[in-house]
Amino acid sequence: MTNLLKIALRNLLRYRRRTLLTASLITLGVVFVLVFVAVTGSFKAMMIAQNTDAMLGHLQIHRKGYVAAIDNLPLNLNLKAGAIDRLDKILAEQPEIAAWSPRIKFGAMFSNFVETTNIRLNGVEPERELATVPLLAERVLEGSKTLARGELWLPELLAKGMKVKVGDPVVVVATNQDGSVNGKQLLVGGILESATGPGGRDGYLHLEDAAEILRLQGQEVSEVAIRLHDFRRLAAVSETLAGRLAKELNQQEKPLFELHTWEKLSPFFNIARMIDVMTFFIKLMLIAIVLVSIMNVMIMAVYERIREIGTMAAIGTLPGKILALFMIEGFSLGVLGAAAGGILGVLLIGGLNLAEISYDFGRQRFILEAAIDFRELAVISVIVIIGAVVASLQPAFKAARLDPIKALRHV
Amino acid sequence: MALVEARQLVKTYRTEEVEVTAIRNVSFTIEAKSFVSFVGPSGSGKSTLLNMIGCLDPPTSGSLLVAGRDIQGLDRRGAARFRGETIGFIFQDFNLLPVLTVYENIEYPLLMVRETPAGERRQRVLALIEAVGMNEQRDKYPDQLSGGQKQRVAVARALVANPKLVLADEPTANLDHQTAFRVIELMKKMRDEFATTFIFSTHDPKVVGEAEIVHTLEDGRLKNSAPHTPGGPRHD
Ligand SMILES: Nc1ncnc2c1ncn2[C@@H]1O[C@H](COP(=O)(O)OP(=O)(O)OP(=O)(O)O)[C@@H](O)[C@H]1O
Ligand SMILES: [Mg+2]
Repeated sequence: MTNLLKIALRNLLRYRRRTLLTASLITLGVVFVLVFVAVTGSFKAMMIAQNTDAMLGHLQIHRKGYVAAIDNLPLNLNLKAGAIDRLDKILAEQPEIAAWSPRIKFGAMFSNFVETTNIRLNGVEPERELATVPLLAERVLEGSKTLARGELWLPELLAKGMKVKVGDPVVVVATNQDGSVNGKQLLVGGILESATGPGGRDGYLHLEDAAEILRLQGQEVSEVAIRLHDFRRLAAVSETLAGRLAKELNQQEKPLFELHTWEKLSPFFNIARMIDVMTFFIKLMLIAIVLVSIMNVMIMAVYERIREIGTMAAIGTLPGKILALFMIEGFSLGVLGAAAGGILGVLLIGGLNLAEISYDFGRQRFILEAAIDFRELAVISVIVIIGAVVASLQPAFKAARLDPIKALRHV
Repeated sequence: MALVEARQLVKTYRTEEVEVTAIRNVSFTIEAKSFVSFVGPSGSGKSTLLNMIGCLDPPTSGSLLVAGRDIQGLDRRGAARFRGETIGFIFQDFNLLPVLTVYENIEYPLLMVRETPAGERRQRVLALIEAVGMNEQRDKYPDQLSGGQKQRVAVARALVANPKLVLADEPTANLDHQTAFRVIELMKKMRDEFATTFIFSTHDPKVVGEAEIVHTLEDGRLKNSAPHTPGGPRHD
């Protein structure tokens, strides 16, 4: 085996330029895939985090039918006290849930005493909301990162447009469920950076202020956002929770709740999916590059060395050994390309991170933080090496099956 | 018992339309430890015959026993194994493996064909390098050697696994006269030293003079199989 490896490696060195060319082609492919995966992965992770950790939470529960009508923020589809109690009990039983936060969502008029505009508002219990979507606090550009009663967090664009600053008094007016109108004066407690995604331009106020403006009779909640201990367990937890919630029926014996993962609530899930599909096709291309280039080199290697193969066969080298010799040669070429590509890729990704390249996501600016996924690196290396071995199979078989006399006579 | 025994040997090559009979009804025996040459003009069937004896090409009909083994029944792997165990080869164009040094080329049959243990291997390789006088060049690669030196290495490689029979098809055709003689003399010396049978082909009448037994082929037939008194004309 070590002797076969020695001969294979020396043959690779013998055609140095060709080996280098093929290996660098594979290296280039590996580097490209690695950097692509790292950069898009960073973008994806940031995008998902912005959606789940700053706005949506990992999961949301509403009264059945709410999400279909979510653009109207329908107050008549709120969960009432009884349902909220049942839900709290169910959620408290789930060990994988880290936090949940009840919200009242409503559309309102917002006035700075000179001008009036529309605003979408979330009434929240600040501590519970921040426990569920911790990145929300980081979106507070000015003012306090805690939301007190009587205060309002305003989205940046609205604050700019209406020329209000932290500490300014403003009035929020909303239509109640019965059609009457009610208003309340609040202070601007903080300015929120606008985020891209659903709810990225909403304002926030205290749940009890919201209940007061809407003149709610009892406890009411539009949605409950949920955070898990482990985001990777999303699918499993969502399935068990959905099963549990399905048992809760209303007076008409219909399901009372509906459960959605962030994926169903954010259009960015589709972008994330598209990135995955693109990554898949780029990996396919890498495989094609490896197959074609290695096969090409190995076919040439066999052709050029027909007389040597004939000599080895005549002397008594068994066909299996000749097969192994060429397989090892292709394998080594694959290992060479994968290793060089891996090292270069990791260096390049490190360089990209050092360069602190920034990119815009909606109105927000992010610094590229491309993570090196070593599992991905291992998968890509294995793909390349297996591809190299597969590509060597046919030429190696051809070499092993050569008739020694014909091979020796070959010019 | 004779080392090679051929009875009514026939070899016919069939191409698309033409049929060429390269060997026609040839019978002969070759005793162990002899130094035999097949001579004849180009196309007379020397290579064809040697290839059959070397288990590289099966006869069309007739029987051929090499070292007591009927080689007709051997399959690809069986033939390869038999060659590795019984026969050493010397080629017209030397056919050393270019990526291996002199030492490694000689070692090759022990390593890749026989799997001889390291200690014995080393001893054997060094003995043969010494015997063919290539000790100084043992770490050189073939492209750094002259034709005569390459063929010396090839002789050592053919003998290293201690085969019963060494086949050499025109081993001197690519060498000048003087070198050709040295190589033939080396082969003979090796025969004496290692008690191996040598069969070589040539169409150089001056080299033929070194053979102890000469078989003359003409148009696929054996003309005469005269014992030969060695010591023909020398060209020093
Ligand atoms: N593979 C083959 N297919 C068809 N005909 C062949 C084949 N090999 C040899 N022949 C024919 O068989 C005859 C004998 O050829 P062979 O090579 O044995 O001659 P040779 O005595 O070795 O000649 P040379 O001295 O030129 O090497 C020739 O007529 C040749 O054309
Ligand atoms: Mg010939």
